[in-house]
Amino acid sequence: MRRWLPYPAMSGLLLVIWLLLNQTLAPGQFVVGAILGVVLARIFRLLDAPTLRLRNPHRLLLLAARVSLDVVRSNYAVAKLIVRGQSRAVQSGFVSVPLRLTNPYALVVLACIITSTPGTIWVSYDAGRNVLLIHVLDLVDETVWIRTIRDRYEHLLLEIFE
Amino acid sequence: MNSLAELPLWASILVSIFLLLGASLALIGSFGLSRLNSFYKRVHAPTLGTTFGAFCILAGSITYFSVSQSRLVLHEVLIGVFLSLTTPITLMLLVRAALYRDRQKGSQDVPNLDLPD
Repeated sequence: MRRWLPYPAMSGLLLVIWLLLNQTLAPGQFVVGAILGVVLARIFRLLDAPTLRLRNPHRLLLLAARVSLDVVRSNYAVAKLIVRGQSRAVQSGFVSVPLRLTNPYALVVLACIITSTPGTIWVSYDAGRNVLLIHVLDLVDETVWIRTIRDRYEHLLLEIFE
Repeated sequence: MNSLAELPLWASILVSIFLLLGASLALIGSFGLSRLNSFYKRVHAPTLGTTFGAFCILAGSITYFSVSQSRLVLHEVLIGVFLSLTTPITLMLLVRAALYRDRQKGSQDVPNLDLPD
């Protein structure tokens, strides 16, 4: 089983993507998608990626809801800033955020979250010191951003991934 | 192509709202890209179009094709997934290239090289 299906979740996901792309549930495409899922997952194993273990998968839903809300809110905030013409006067800057997260998958998710919320950009991550550098468009108080990332996202990601 | 006329009113309104909202966000993002006054501020603006702006347009597309073809059309979801996964890569590359350049110039506005202590 493990030999043929090293990453069952990934194979399943690839099958779903294949069926979505072809917009069908026809048995033929189902077989093609299943073969693709198995073959690509076996190729992926050659990359020696660390195994992904989700401790609390149901908490992903809470994270998704929270992120969706934040994406909409920050889109509104940045759009307002640009439309009102305050964008030139706004004070922006870099913020160093000390992290507790070390799981690479959790960091990937955090990178996607931070970039998907306009107004913040992931700049670099120092794995040695475990410090994340972000750039914030409307920077008023650094501690607010550090607290937001730690309490709103990192805490949940720790629960899910570590 | 006459499916446009057959679309029920509620669906037309919903699709229009999604499209207008998404297009406005993309426009505001592009506007911000040209108006902001530093590189690091500029990279923030287009993310309006790649996040909620794109999702609105995809939602409009899902609504339109699902209603006009009377079946659930969902492959737009994949565009959203791929967009959220790939945007950070482009942004990180751009920002880190700019940071590298600024550090080489010895600029005081950017944080120093993160050398491990």
